[in-house]
Amino acid sequence: MQPDTLIWTLSALCAIAFYLGRHRAVQASGGHIRNLHSLPAYYGYYLALCCGLPALLVLCLWLLFDDKLILQLILGQLPEFWRNLPEDRLSLVVNQIHNLIAGEAGIQEVDPAIRAAADHYQRLKTTGYRILAILTLTVATAGLVYGYRRIAPDMRARNTVEKSLRYALILSSTLAIFVTIGIVLSVLFESLRFFSKVPVTEFLFGLKWSPQMAIRPDQVGASGAFGFIPLLTGTLLISGIAMAVATPIGLLSAIYLSEYAKSHTRSIVKPLIEVLAGIPTVVYGFFAALVVAPLLRDFGVQLGLTVSAESALAAGTVMGVMIIPFVSSLTDDALTAVPRSLREGAYGLGATQAETITGVVLPAALPGIVSGLLLAVSRAIGETMIVVMAAGMTAKLTLNPLESVTTITVQIVALLVGDQEFDSPKTLAAFALGLTLFLITLALNLVALHVVRRYREQYE
Amino acid sequence: MSTIMNIVEKFEESRDSAAPTSTDSDQGYQTVGEYSVAKPRICCRGVNVFYGEKQALFDINLDIGQREVIALIGPSGCGKSTFLRCLNRMNDIIEGCRVEGDIRLDGQDIYSKELDPVVLRARVGMVFQKPNPFPKSIYDNVAYGPRIHGLASNRTELDDIVETSLKRAGLWKEVRDRLDHPATGLSGGQQQRLCIARTIAVGPEVVLMDEPCSALDPIATATIEQLIDELRERYTIVIVTHSMQQAARVSQRTAYFHLGKLIEVGDTSRIFTNPRHPLTEDYITGRFG
Amino acid sequence: MNSDAPQTLDIVQAGLAKRRRRETRFRWYGRTAILLAMTFLALLLANILGRGFSAFQQTYIALDVYLPPGELSPPTPQHLAKVDFEGLIKQTLRRSFPDVRKRRQKRALYRLVSSGSAYELRDWVMEHPEQIGKTVTVWLPAGADVDMYMKGSVDTSVPEAQRRLKDYQIHWLERLKREQRLALRFNKIFFLNGDSREPEQAGILVALKGSLYMMIVTLALSFPLGIAAAIYLEEFAPKKNFWVDMIEININNLAAVPSIVFGLLGLAVFLGYFGLPRSTPLVGGLTLTLMTLPTVIIASRAALTAVPPSIREAALGIGASRMQTVFHHVLPLAMPGMLTGAIIGMARALGETAPLLMIGMVAFIVDPPQGFLDPATALPVQIYLWADSPERGFVERTSAAIIVLLVFLGLMNLLAVLLRRRLERRW
Repeated sequence: MQPDTLIWTLSALCAIAFYLGRHRAVQASGGHIRNLHSLPAYYGYYLALCCGLPALLVLCLWLLFDDKLILQLILGQLPEFWRNLPEDRLSLVVNQIHNLIAGEAGIQEVDPAIRAAADHYQRLKTTGYRILAILTLTVATAGLVYGYRRIAPDMRARNTVEKSLRYALILSSTLAIFVTIGIVLSVLFESLRFFSKVPVTEFLFGLKWSPQMAIRPDQVGASGAFGFIPLLTGTLLISGIAMAVATPIGLLSAIYLSEYAKSHTRSIVKPLIEVLAGIPTVVYGFFAALVVAPLLRDFGVQLGLTVSAESALAAGTVMGVMIIPFVSSLTDDALTAVPRSLREGAYGLGATQAETITGVVLPAALPGIVSGLLLAVSRAIGETMIVVMAAGMTAKLTLNPLESVTTITVQIVALLVGDQEFDSPKTLAAFALGLTLFLITLALNLVALHVVRRYREQYE
Repeated sequence: MSTIMNIVEKFEESRDSAAPTSTDSDQGYQTVGEYSVAKPRICCRGVNVFYGEKQALFDINLDIGQREVIALIGPSGCGKSTFLRCLNRMNDIIEGCRVEGDIRLDGQDIYSKELDPVVLRARVGMVFQKPNPFPKSIYDNVAYGPRIHGLASNRTELDDIVETSLKRAGLWKEVRDRLDHPATGLSGGQQQRLCIARTIAVGPEVVLMDEPCSALDPIATATIEQLIDELRERYTIVIVTHSMQQAARVSQRTAYFHLGKLIEVGDTSRIFTNPRHPLTEDYITGRFG
Repeated sequence: MNSDAPQTLDIVQAGLAKRRRRETRFRWYGRTAILLAMTFLALLLANILGRGFSAFQQTYIALDVYLPPGELSPPTPQHLAKVDFEGLIKQTLRRSFPDVRKRRQKRALYRLVSSGSAYELRDWVMEHPEQIGKTVTVWLPAGADVDMYMKGSVDTSVPEAQRRLKDYQIHWLERLKREQRLALRFNKIFFLNGDSREPEQAGILVALKGSLYMMIVTLALSFPLGIAAAIYLEEFAPKKNFWVDMIEININNLAAVPSIVFGLLGLAVFLGYFGLPRSTPLVGGLTLTLMTLPTVIIASRAALTAVPPSIREAALGIGASRMQTVFHHVLPLAMPGMLTGAIIGMARALGETAPLLMIGMVAFIVDPPQGFLDPATALPVQIYLWADSPERGFVERTSAAIIVLLVFLGLMNLLAVLLRRRLERRW
């Protein structure tokens, strides 16, 4: 029995359990529902839970671990020669077995031992599914019988059901923590493997980035360099340009909209600015590469400047436009949080509107605005598609916005897209970059969230 | 926006709830008592105020004399705050608010195109219901007005203005050692006196006070009331208050507002001892409000 | 101070003009900023629309094809699949332009029609078996160069050597035009085909289906999970509790983590650890779920806080349990807000590209996926893939795919706005 059929069977069993439970409760009450502690439906839910929950648990655990277990079994049965292979060659063999099973063997010759192993794997898997089906259905039936016997008029079915529901709610809310842990662990684990091959100091302070590894050990001049500084300066350069575009435009438009514009104008312009936030980044990337970059280059030619086809300026400008709505809506929030009384205080002294805004409102909203800008910077640093499509690939240590630079995210994509082996420093480097990216943005987010929280408390 | 809605709603609510008690027609009523004075500082004639479609003030005629304290009293939503805000055009910043009629400061129409509200507000200062110090230092709070208007040509002059203003507001002794501390760290009463100091630092002729003590405890209230009494020597003061006792204590004249109309005006002692209009009497004797 | 009051007034008056000018300038800064943002938006949309609109049409060529009964019968699908329709078309072309002799020119002649037109012709014959043995006029999709020429994207002033379309080809096309054998028709290929190396054969069906399957997975997981988390945090969680604080910080932080990091997580966990198949909508959907979840939770919490406490008190007051209160009364009232949040989260997920690159959804896939475990691409990824191709035909199709994507996003946002308007309650 395949797992999906099993899940359907289990669902059907649960539905039956629900009706059984409800029926049993009504019966036990002697036809008077008042005698029951809870409504009959709760007894149904209770029985369905008794039947389904343990069985589902068994099913999930099995599916999580059966693959690894079976693999161990068949590797143990491989001939001596295969078993003593080094780690990386062994993983190649495992890959081959997997390909055979999936029917993607290809044209190349396959060792009979491996073919046998693959056949063995499939047999084990089928047997495993059979055992699983028996086990799951037994657990389900046992749960059903146990629950059915416990149903009595004074049983507190509702409380039990609500308690399990509550645990489900708690579990869903802790998912956020698990996702964070998952991110940290998955990235950290691979990064540690990377740092065992490339020293941390070289990564953090190296000035050269060229992740090409030698295909053959005796190849000349292809040792690969993993210095992360050029990527960092590239990222900061592009983010800096983006912020230089987004900060004034976002800030000033938010000020104008929230302080000067009539509500009619506001109701038209504000959604239009929000549209900029709704446009997918891949569209911005396309626009940057196809329109903005050539435009800047032609413009540069007229001024007698050489502008690279993948200049940091083009990517940064377009990224800045993408961030405008972000800056403007967070600024808007910060401005509206400033109490009206402060504005009136300034007007009451005879300040003009501009003086009120620059002298009183903006300083009061400053923490909110600053944290908004920090979040915007974090977004700019982590933005991927625009730079992948419009920025360069070669890591150059420069601060000239007219040259082509590369960023952390561009390199992650470059290293991981396409054919990849899981163990080379090249792919592992991507995870190390991911880790640094995560840490940088985490620091920015935490500072920003902290400031926002403090700021909210100030006026609430 | 929401604040504006609040003001309008508050106003509508009070009108709706109190509407049955009103028997007068909306226009053409007569204010009881003498609303004009011999040498007025501010002179209002036929003032109507609208929030959008709703009319908030009806045909107000009132003079405010030199160096007197006049108290505006009445149940909440009666339009007394609205009237106060007309006197330095604070209603301008509320969208959809329209003021009709004639208001003159020293004979000059304050709603004329030639007069910049900035200048008007420098002459007619305002203190608000809740103390609203800027989130800056104590010194910067008081210095803000003189700075924007360019009243001091150097630092010493500015220091002088700040010191004089704080002294007049009776706050100097308490804050002289911590002028660079944030103003938000002061107590409620101190904050309100700071706001008064901030207002008089600009050198206004009239000070409007919108329920200046409603957010304060009794002791702080007493201090402010004493301060108002002292300020009377230099400034004309218009004070909106909820508390009839306060009106009786600090003011020379009292005006009673009801549902957007000025019902009665006169010397404070006369209003509180011998009100002529039945509505005034009901309010003063505590039958409603 | 009253004595110096007139003096004060003079000073204020003196500085007034300057202050007014500053005020006006400041106002114009704001207007300029808005104008700049709007200009960019207009530029972007106009550019994409201008480039992409032509892709919804495709040039077709009318050919008088003779259908030889000997080769074509019996007209069963099995037999027709083996027939050389390409040869048939080439024959027809040679007959129409008998003076073409040189080999290079002949090859150019064959390129007038799309390489996919053999299939079109086959399908046509299958639908009209009664026409076998006659000479019929069939409209077949033209090649990319012809298409570009018809849409006016070929600049004839460029020297011949630098053009893909030579003078003699243009001569043919002019002749076909005069005979009214060239026409622009609605480009259904674009919506019915998968990816292709030939621009005129490339379509977005694989991407559309892939995106659809991913959205189903994402919605099915992130909506219930997000609501459940929001309910716990708003209705049941103890205030000022370390773990609850941790959860909140995590959610807020995850909402601002770069999307590519979620892609790395998907790669390491779903592909690496659980061994799920690459390039599939299931993995894409799971990754996007993790990415959207914080947005959905935050929106759902906002919707729950908007329900006034009096509703809860009323339900608790008549003896409902807290669970019953939440599920019978609070949840239905908060539902519109939650749905709006979910739709907006979905819209974000639909436009997301970077995490999908990490989990191998950047594949060249011709056949539309039949389920959650078949390889597929997504609409934004398809845009990314086509954006790399230099041919004019692909530029046009990239823009057209962007238009389709923007239309979907626009519809989703419109739905969210309408939902909020219709179901919004004012307390």
